Amino acid sequence: MLDNLQLLFVWAPIINVQVILDGIFVGAVFALCAYGLALVWGVMNIKNLAQGDFVIMGGYLALVLHSWSLPLPVILIIVIAIMFVYGWGVYALIIRRIVDKDMFVSLLATFGLSLLMQQAMNLYFGPEVQTVDMKLPVIDAFDNMVTIPYSKIISLGLAGLITAAVVVFMKRSRTGQAIRATAQDARAARVLGIDTDRVYAFTFAFNSALCGAAGVLVSVIWVIQPFYGITYSVRTFAIVTAAGLGNLPGVISAAFGIGLFEKYTGMIVGTAYEVAAPVSILLIVLIIRQIQMRRNRQVVR
Amino acid sequence: MLKKFKIITVMTFALIAASFSNSANAGVEGDTITLGSALSLTGKYATNGLHTQRGYDFAVDRINSTGGVMVGGKSYKLTVKYYDDESTPARGAQLAERLIQQDGVEFMLGPYSSGMTKAIAPVSEKFGVPMIEAEGASRSLFTQGYKYLFAVLSTTDLYLPGAVHFAADQKKSIGKPASDARVAMAFEGDPFSMDIRAGLVELISDYGMKLVIDDQLPADLSDMSTTLTKVKALKPDILIVSGHSKGAATAARQIDEMKINVPIIAMTHCEAAKVHEKFPNASTGFLCPTQWVPGIDKKDAMFGSAADWNKDFKAAHPSYSSVPYQSAQASAAVYVWKEAFEAANTFDQKAVRDAIAGVEMQTFYGDVKFGPDGNNIAKPMFLRQIGADGSYNLVSSFSDLAYPRNVKY
Repeated sequence: MLDNLQLLFVWAPIINVQVILDGIFVGAVFALCAYGLALVWGVMNIKNLAQGDFVIMGGYLALVLHSWSLPLPVILIIVIAIMFVYGWGVYALIIRRIVDKDMFVSLLATFGLSLLMQQAMNLYFGPEVQTVDMKLPVIDAFDNMVTIPYSKIISLGLAGLITAAVVVFMKRSRTGQAIRATAQDARAARVLGIDTDRVYAFTFAFNSALCGAAGVLVSVIWVIQPFYGITYSVRTFAIVTAAGLGNLPGVISAAFGIGLFEKYTGMIVGTAYEVAAPVSILLIVLIIRQIQMRRNRQVVR
Repeated sequence: MLKKFKIITVMTFALIAASFSNSANAGVEGDTITLGSALSLTGKYATNGLHTQRGYDFAVDRINSTGGVMVGGKSYKLTVKYYDDESTPARGAQLAERLIQQDGVEFMLGPYSSGMTKAIAPVSEKFGVPMIEAEGASRSLFTQGYKYLFAVLSTTDLYLPGAVHFAADQKKSIGKPASDARVAMAFEGDPFSMDIRAGLVELISDYGMKLVIDDQLPADLSDMSTTLTKVKALKPDILIVSGHSKGAATAARQIDEMKINVPIIAMTHCEAAKVHEKFPNASTGFLCPTQWVPGIDKKDAMFGSAADWNKDFKAAHPSYSSVPYQSAQASAAVYVWKEAFEAANTFDQKAVRDAIAGVEMQTFYGDVKFGPDGNNIAKPMFLRQIGADGSYNLVSSFSDLAYPRNVKY
């Protein structure tokens, strides 16, 4: 560990650039699916444990489309469309029935959905690790000490684009306003003539589409496997818990923060602890919140 | 009243138990010997589980179609009862118990992977059921004092020392001491990879080499860029990676992307992960340990030479461009069962166990002779290097090695 610190700050400080860049790329992808989770959680109080599996499903769709040699933007649009429809279907079949049930029902149902999706993808695509190789060039910098693949730059750009579109959509469009209104007070929204069932369906489908977009980027810059969903679920939960619901700037900064934290943990303590890093953040946030809230807690329900 | 109820309950349970034990005699029935196996047909080991199953089935078909197994002057057919262990050790142990207790299986074939074998071996050992396994190479399986566990493959301590010897030879060839070599290692935290690591750490310290990176990789490994960033900064002489097929695939992808230029790179599961098909450039020069190569000069009466087995298996499963060794050793395990049954000439589990321990034979897969711990001590491991054209070339000394790896990013 001391060696690693020396390496980072004394022997080869230039690799900090690589670590920071990798952290940013990770954060950009997390931000997408974390925002989707925050929406679903905030609007309909569903804690979607299948979040990561939606990401992986998006990745596999990208893999199929890539084998037909379509360009990346087209793949992204098609995957977003398919995942939107899929999310709507899942809502109509499962989520609609559990929206007003208690928390454990939603956890159980989405956990079941997660298992089902994992096994279905495993049956259909097989358990091998797959990757979408766009055959894009790689930029070298600082005497080959830092490498930045074009695929990551493009992904970062696309992630930024999608996030911007989401912000504008939520602020300006009627549907975006309806979603925010429903999140604030579903009953009042109903009274004022908003079809909350439709808003729920749209929100869930929207989340699914965001995850699908994240999945495309994941398959392009890393590797996918039917059972990798859980790591993305854990990370998004950590981000949303740290940032709070319905707080887009919070979610984005938390995503980048966790991305960087993960990479530095991996660098200093060891790659094995990279996956543990977001969970430790989750714990720390929960403990701090617990202490902060102590004064406000008056009645135990 | 209560007493009467108790008696009835006890009787009911006794009846249920009796009906189970009656049905439970499928070990050898009529002219069929049933071998049991919990295999990973779904889950993270499913690819290799399938390679294993195909190897078992191929050998079973061949043995049955060439006269079966002769015991006591009678010919028996082999059949294998499979369960899917879903690549989870707890499920594997449950299924082993179910095979033995409910299905009455008396003889077992191994599961896929060291981790699964580790979960199942205590069960078969407890019931005195002999198990010949072909896919669990972890050295630690054979230090537990198991009496009923036998493995046809070489153990993990023999997997990668060759690569470290090459690094030492390279230093010597330029007139420097072997201790100048700097080693980077990244291993998944599962029993198989950890065992390989333990063997290497010993060898590295014997040589006095410096271990500059010693990272453990997480089980759901999709990104090892931090480890590779360190590799880039520290420029070791050799990089060793092990993490099953997914580790090999992730490593190859990121070695390619990050343009890692280490002169010797060794990793397990290159073939299974199809690294050359996916990353032809970066994987050039990778050193891959293998249990078996079709080119070896070994043969037997059942399958012919190693090349014959390879040809016939490929004909049966045309989807393989190169046949994984996992299938070859699975076939060899079934063949050892036939030899052992015939040598024992009875189906008494104890006698069959002793017969397996005494087996000494040449097969297409190599020589088979079990040491006192149950591992095969007669067969060597091989190291192959991936050529630029995707060929796997046997490397037995440093002079055979293409050094340094010939890659242009």
